Amino acid sequence: MGERKLMRGNEVIAEAAIRAGCECYFAYPITPQAELLEHMARNMPRLGRTFVQAESEIGAINMLYGAAAAGVRAMTSSSSPGISLKQEGISYIAGSNLPAVIVNIMRGGPGLGDIAPAQGDYFQATKGGGHGDYRMIVLGPSTVPEAGELTILAFDLADKYRVPVMILADGMLGQMMEPVELPDPVDPATLPKKDWALTGAKGRDPNIILSFDLDPEVLKQMNLVLQEKYRKIEDNEARYEEYQTDDADIVIAAYGTVARIAKTVVRRARAEGIKLGLFRPITLWPFPYEPLRELASRVKTVLTVEMSAGQMWEDVRLAVAERAETPFYGEMGGVVTTPKKILSEVRKYAR
Amino acid sequence: MPSGRVLIDEERCKGCGLCIAACPQKVLAFSGKINRSGYNYVHMEHPEKCVGCAFCAMTCPDVAIEVYREKVAA
Amino acid sequence: MPVNTENMVKVFGRPESLTDARFTYCPGCHHGILTRIIAKAIDELGIAERTVTIAPVGCSVFAYLWYKCDAVQASHGRASAVATGLKRANKDLIVISYQGDGDFASIGTAESIHAANRGENITVIFVNNQIYGMTGGEMAPTTLVGQRTTTTPDGRDPAYFGYPIRFSELIATLDAPVYVTRQALYDTRRIMDAEKAIKKAISYQVEGKGYSLVEVLSTCPTNWHMSPLEANRHVAEVVTEAFPLGDLVDRGG
Repeated sequence: MGERKLMRGNEVIAEAAIRAGCECYFAYPITPQAELLEHMARNMPRLGRTFVQAESEIGAINMLYGAAAAGVRAMTSSSSPGISLKQEGISYIAGSNLPAVIVNIMRGGPGLGDIAPAQGDYFQATKGGGHGDYRMIVLGPSTVPEAGELTILAFDLADKYRVPVMILADGMLGQMMEPVELPDPVDPATLPKKDWALTGAKGRDPNIILSFDLDPEVLKQMNLVLQEKYRKIEDNEARYEEYQTDDADIVIAAYGTVARIAKTVVRRARAEGIKLGLFRPITLWPFPYEPLRELASRVKTVLTVEMSAGQMWEDVRLAVAERAETPFYGEMGGVVTTPKKILSEVRKYAR
Repeated sequence: MPSGRVLIDEERCKGCGLCIAACPQKVLAFSGKINRSGYNYVHMEHPEKCVGCAFCAMTCPDVAIEVYREKVAA
Repeated sequence: MPVNTENMVKVFGRPESLTDARFTYCPGCHHGILTRIIAKAIDELGIAERTVTIAPVGCSVFAYLWYKCDAVQASHGRASAVATGLKRANKDLIVISYQGDGDFASIGTAESIHAANRGENITVIFVNNQIYGMTGGEMAPTTLVGQRTTTTPDGRDPAYFGYPIRFSELIATLDAPVYVTRQALYDTRRIMDAEKAIKKAISYQVEGKGYSLVEVLSTCPTNWHMSPLEANRHVAEVVTEAFPLGDLVDRGG
């Protein structure tokens, strides 16, 4: 069985990737995800796997594209400004139907921003930061153990659908230490073979990997293939957690670090007699619209809380529509919200 | 001098004329005829002069030329 | 009139690893000659079944159609990084990256230099025709001083636009590359030299020796506004003055 250890979020993601059979990792140093890179630097070479400190995030994402095309499990990681640099490559990976895992340990923005935890990259991750009609599965862990579990899930979903999958966490989760139980490692040799991969055209026709065709009708068909895949993902892969929602009048909608803080708020609010619950999307794309819609028809208020100016809030309002009121409370710039601040917001809607 | 022949794929030829210039024996010339892509393709104007050196084929950007040489008796 | 080849032996034909697809290049463009040369080297080294070619952005974007080999299309400038990923993921692959001057020496500068500096065991074919062909003949990093392009309508003024970059010379200053050479295709002698150089570069990769760069001076008759023959003469008489031919580094021997 797995072993139990006290580990930092960044290290857990790295170690979980190794145990998921990640054979190639490419990245460029950036705070606050440096421990992830360093864990890979220490451990990948001794396992006979690839660690390359790339010349830039652009270099890293394109190395990832190459390794994914060769058919191995591969990953890159960065933080907000670095993820911006990777957008063209992510669009190529999506358009070429390649499986790959990208980790974003978000920090404050826009521009250089700061190195404190933030959630300002939700739009970029879930709505497509790069060009063209593509989607990316986005997983938002809210604890260190969950960061490990979702990393393993990320590799499985990437391979299953041949799509890029992003782990969207923030600097707080990356730096925080918690006890985790690590799963047994997967031997990459035992993973299913990828018959589309570039392994050399021996005894078969050449495999070609591209996201390109000059004929609009052909490119349209290629797009329809992607869209069909995205509908399948929406139907099957939406994940979420509900916490104390059964009798709730008010529900907080939050993900990642904020959802973790919100759980404390739920307990404190209930001690005051406020019937508060939490709705926590785990997949940010596909967003769990249906379950939130159902929940919204049973409550008075869905209060979205984010460390942004209100990005997931748009998806919450799409889901809830007119079924409940949908106020917002957020912090920006790397300011981490507190249970006390959230609770005082909640009290505004409790009557 | 051995005798040679070139086979020109008339549909691949884009009439760039590089082969005509490369031929040391002045075997090749524009045919004056147009292929389906609209190019004035090249043909052997003086087949008897060909020695099968393959300079034309080496220079051809469209790999439209095959070169044959007379079998030399052992 | 059909040509009779009875009792004759074929001394020159289409390389085995070339597909039947017709090249999409303009008449007289050297891309086609170079494509044949690469296929010939693949044949002679017997590596078609483990070769992956990388098609760049530009006129040669369709390069994935030419070879009976696996292929991937890379974003503009990033082919050397994609090659790195492929080769690191599977060292048995023979990875050939085909890149133009805008791709390799402008937008991809960082990826190009660092793949070379890491000594990635790959082969880069760098096609230098001093112009952006597909987008309409704009200035390239390699455009000659005084050369008219659609973005230097009065000719490249070095005081304003800088000088043509000799990228292979830059790469040759690095310690890791095993082979850096500049070749041309304007006559049969140069073509035969280029054949040898490309075969050598790929064979170094097969032998695990490391990074090779073969720069090939090429023509763009269309955007140079010259006939194919005039373009060849221009390379021989003018371009080779700015970009001298020959080996810059050969540590593979």
